[in-house]
Amino acid sequence: MAAGPGQVFAAVLRRDLQVAWRRWSDAANPALFFLLVVTLFPLALSPKAEFLRAIGPGVLWVGALLATLMALNLLFRADVDDGTMEQLLLSDCPLPIVMLAKTLAHWITTILPVIVVAPVLAITYHLPPEALPTLVLGLLIGTPALSLVGSIGAALTVGLRQGGALLAVLVVPLMLPVPMFGARATDLAVAGEDPTGLLYLLGALSVLAAGLAPLASAAAIRLGID
Amino acid sequence: MWTWFYQLASPPHFYRMSHALVPWLLGLSLVLIAVGTYGGLVLAPPDYQQGDAFRIIYVHVPSAYLGSMIYVTMAVAAGIGIIWRIKLAHAVAASCAVIGASFTFAALVTGAVWGKPMWGTYWEWDPRLTSFLVLFFLYLGYMALRSAYDDLAKADQASAILALVGVVNVPIVKYSVEWWSSIHQGPTISKIGMPSITGDMLWPLLVNIAGFTLFFLAMLCIRVRAEVLEREFNARWARELLRGGAAGGVN
Amino acid sequence: MLTAEGLSLWRGDQCLFRRLGFVVPAGSATQVTGPNGSGKTTLLRVLAGFLRPETGTLRWADETGDWDEVSRGRVAYCGHLGGIKAELTATENLRFDAALAGVDPAGIPGLLEEAGLAPCAGLRAGQLSAGQKRRLALARLRLSGASLWLLDEPQTNLDDAGRHYLRSLLAGHLRAGGCAVIASHEPAGLADLATGRIGLGG
Repeated sequence: MAAGPGQVFAAVLRRDLQVAWRRWSDAANPALFFLLVVTLFPLALSPKAEFLRAIGPGVLWVGALLATLMALNLLFRADVDDGTMEQLLLSDCPLPIVMLAKTLAHWITTILPVIVVAPVLAITYHLPPEALPTLVLGLLIGTPALSLVGSIGAALTVGLRQGGALLAVLVVPLMLPVPMFGARATDLAVAGEDPTGLLYLLGALSVLAAGLAPLASAAAIRLGID
Repeated sequence: MWTWFYQLASPPHFYRMSHALVPWLLGLSLVLIAVGTYGGLVLAPPDYQQGDAFRIIYVHVPSAYLGSMIYVTMAVAAGIGIIWRIKLAHAVAASCAVIGASFTFAALVTGAVWGKPMWGTYWEWDPRLTSFLVLFFLYLGYMALRSAYDDLAKADQASAILALVGVVNVPIVKYSVEWWSSIHQGPTISKIGMPSITGDMLWPLLVNIAGFTLFFLAMLCIRVRAEVLEREFNARWARELLRGGAAGGVN
Repeated sequence: MLTAEGLSLWRGDQCLFRRLGFVVPAGSATQVTGPNGSGKTTLLRVLAGFLRPETGTLRWADETGDWDEVSRGRVAYCGHLGGIKAELTATENLRFDAALAGVDPAGIPGLLEEAGLAPCAGLRAGQLSAGQKRRLALARLRLSGASLWLLDEPQTNLDDAGRHYLRSLLAGHLRAGGCAVIASHEPAGLADLATGRIGLGG
């Protein structure tokens, strides 16, 4: 009688997208935040084209990481606060699948807008147009790993009052390799070299995170419910 | 085998056994550290390149080794605690964190001190130092998460999940950092590494590693004893012990 | 049939219940009574599997195994948090529950009708009144197909028609062989439907 994993995944994904669509202002915040962070650097450091081209890939990736962090706080909190998470725990659908679907929906609604804005900002950093596909592709492949690793932290802190800063302390050390590879891939593209190998690596990190993170966050989310 | 395991894992049994163990561990570790340090600082010849500066390895290397080893120990204990629901294992994991963070911090500080004569600056984004910095952050995150939970059982569960996730991540971070530094620095900067070591330099190092490890075990026992007592203060054995201790000075 | 043996739970230093045992036979309801803060909600949350008791076991009929596993899909919980998404309409909320339970959503309009929510089926749940939200949460009980219903102060916010709806819902569930555990500080109301009683706090 119980729904299969595929159905559960689809139902949760659909519901979360629907909810996000009706609260679109929440979803727009991370992209706005990203925009502001990335704008800060030329203003605070220097607007010289060469300098911006050198720091651009790193700034864009760090900005994406910060935007992910900022968005993560809300990943599970709404569901825990309104009691829908309790209901999900009661049903006999596999919880890791639920977590995976929720994280994907969250990524689509909060990080995808960031990736859409990224190439525009890259142009303001004087990155050559040839490097933009690598930037966007790298973000598309790599940021799911950020969201997935972050989902563990979000699940661990959902029952706690001091969520935000603690969440960052927990997950940033775990996220580090992603911007390292991502920014380097874009650097290579800016220099006109082949970034394919690094994009594969980013993909590998995301696949690994997709396999393991939902198990950890499913175990962790129970702690926020009591 | 299993009965032995469960007996050891019972808090009162552990409490009694560790009481006898601690002085031995502590005594032996202090003797080893004294011998190793004397050997390292006095008997070992100066390095032909680094001169006397290399002698900091007698503190740096054991600290670095323990910093990473304790993280693995902590994750294993956390895993045992979460799978078999053994409270003592959670107590061990919780006690590991502070000790491991201290050794990692010691490794960072001695690395920086060593860096001054080698590189001319205290901090260089050298792959080993950078990995230890990340490891230090992982310990801090673990401790921050534990202290954020009021409920001990939840703190155990949550921090155990984090430790397991962290231990999967540590090798990834380590290799990423090595790869990253190989790109950004190139071979011009001499990395902190083992000087080409001779036998009379090596034996004090090994003795010190053994001494530091025993010292860790002694500290671990002491911390776990306190942790166990705090957790079980309602249990009959603990109350009897505390009453007896107050009257007759069992400890 | 739910069997509880030797349940104990502390909250900090305070013992909420100690070595509590009871049986809820199929087709019957048990009422949990006690003053505020006596642990009624906590007991229900233990039964729902959200909390692990310090000692004791829970069994469903002859099934052995961890209550965490055994209870999933068998238990429905209606508590203080409604478990309703404010951004979705009443119908959409129930559709999601139906999808999770693997139930045909065709019955949803009928369920809303029974609950007296047919006129606001297309309204966002955030716009419903507290009583209407409670009815929606009750309507979900039918959808879950669970055999054990855990109701925490189910009469809160309900008007007379709502209480009547709750009574008929519960009576139907018991007739069909289901069980229920109801936490309530009001002795009246559902007391005649409950055959068992657990008193907490003193």
